[in-house]
Amino acid sequence: MAYLKKSPWIIHYDASSCNGCDIEILACLTPMYDVERFGIVNTGNPKHADIFVVTGTVNEQNREIILNIYNQMPNPKAVVAVGICATSAGVFRECYNVAGGIDMLIPVDVYVPGCAARPESIIDGIVTAWGILEEKRKTMNTAPAAADAAAEPGPVVQEPAGGAQ
Amino acid sequence: MSKQVIIPFGPQHPVLPEPLHLDLVLEDETVVDVIPSIGYVHRGLEKLVEKREYTEYVFIAERICGICSYIHSNTYVSGVEQIMGLEVPERAQYLRTIWSELSRLHSHLLWLGLFADGLGFESVFMNAWKLREHVLDELEATTGGRVIQGVCKVGGVRRDISPEKLDEMVKGLKELEKELERLTNVFLYDRSIASRLKGVGMLGKEDAYYLGAVGPTARGSGVPIDLRQTGYNVYDKINFKPVVEMEGDSYARCIVRAKEMFTSIDIIEQCVKKIPDGPVDMKVTGAPNGEFFSRAEQPRGEVIHYIKGNGTKHLVRHRVRTPTFTNIPPLVKLLKGVQLADVPVVVLTIDPCIGCAER
Repeated sequence: MAYLKKSPWIIHYDASSCNGCDIEILACLTPMYDVERFGIVNTGNPKHADIFVVTGTVNEQNREIILNIYNQMPNPKAVVAVGICATSAGVFRECYNVAGGIDMLIPVDVYVPGCAARPESIIDGIVTAWGILEEKRKTMNTAPAAADAAAEPGPVVQEPAGGAQ
Repeated sequence: MSKQVIIPFGPQHPVLPEPLHLDLVLEDETVVDVIPSIGYVHRGLEKLVEKREYTEYVFIAERICGICSYIHSNTYVSGVEQIMGLEVPERAQYLRTIWSELSRLHSHLLWLGLFADGLGFESVFMNAWKLREHVLDELEATTGGRVIQGVCKVGGVRRDISPEKLDEMVKGLKELEKELERLTNVFLYDRSIASRLKGVGMLGKEDAYYLGAVGPTARGSGVPIDLRQTGYNVYDKINFKPVVEMEGDSYARCIVRAKEMFTSIDIIEQCVKKIPDGPVDMKVTGAPNGEFFSRAEQPRGEVIHYIKGNGTKHLVRHRVRTPTFTNIPPLVKLLKGVQLADVPVVVLTIDPCIGCAER
């Protein structure tokens, strides 16, 4: 990560989060924390994005939207699950409309702890994801065919484990 | 009649950090009908009262929404306290009022920033959020949390604020007030903002009342509802006037929020002057038996927590009616006749908080 070749653009989606982590992600973009100094820009278009930042839990309604956004993002891509809800559903684990963390739907590269996650840890998470992104890019460049084959078959959609009926 | 087109707005849309889905029925560029659909962030947390004890449930109630978090926990605990007939120490009530107003201040600044961003004023967005960090610092210094405070509990509050810190807070807010004046001048006196917002997204006084608008949405249409006037916490000992604007357009709703921030600072100052010494919590035994409708004024309007207990540690029912939920029918009304390009801005004027609305 000593030499940065890329400005990672993020796309943020609120999957049944309480807003706490979302406003902290927005706070990262503003002068106090200012992630734009790393070249990080929040974009609304999945095709422009390198890092998918998800907050909140998976439920029946937003399952497809998360998959849509993830599948539309070009390779290489990284996923950051922000907050305890995105990690494991946290305090809402036992709610009837909560299936679980984001990793039951798409592969997650970095988990950011906290309820709500603090801007410092979100920045740390995104910068870590950026290192992973570089790794993925290198693998893609050295063995393009293998990387394509590994990345092509999309995420495996699992049924929720006992969660939403 | 020209051809009608339906354009989907959301759930993932750059202007809103949250998933709200609207089907906009358009004739040319004009919106003629709006079909809202919600449920993207529904968690079903009201049902959790059956699994958590009523004292633990405060944490869940606080996590209904990350922006209005503090006021949710405050409303929930005051409901439980009313059922149990607890006389909460006065100092705790004053502290609750101070934190309520700090969280209103941070919410309004957040909104002002997002709204400016929606208008294309990115520098104002950045400045509003810079000032908001000051309020969040105060919240963090006094409660330990930035957006989720976790400081309310049944029977009082978890932390006291020392008199020195209170004075320092008032001093800090005085500084902030000057900065806020500069910031709100952009909204109050800038011609380009006024011409973009005046007459857009009209909601008449009658409509606002009958469609159940609450908070700044209602007050921007000349309906003077402010739950703080019912005098919960210690608002009955504080001298303040709700901000009411008569025009009912997007501009009026914007002005209401801009002016309310100064009211909040004023209320905090009055609280700091009047706060008595004493304990900040009390011992609570037993469990709530009975039911209560607890109401409070959130940054977005009136919130109602219905709480029913049967004398056991687990409540029977908890039901929340949040301001954004009741503001959706007025939103549908005020979007009709708006140009497509104005839709994001007009949606933002009701300050939608979907985390609250769907729980």
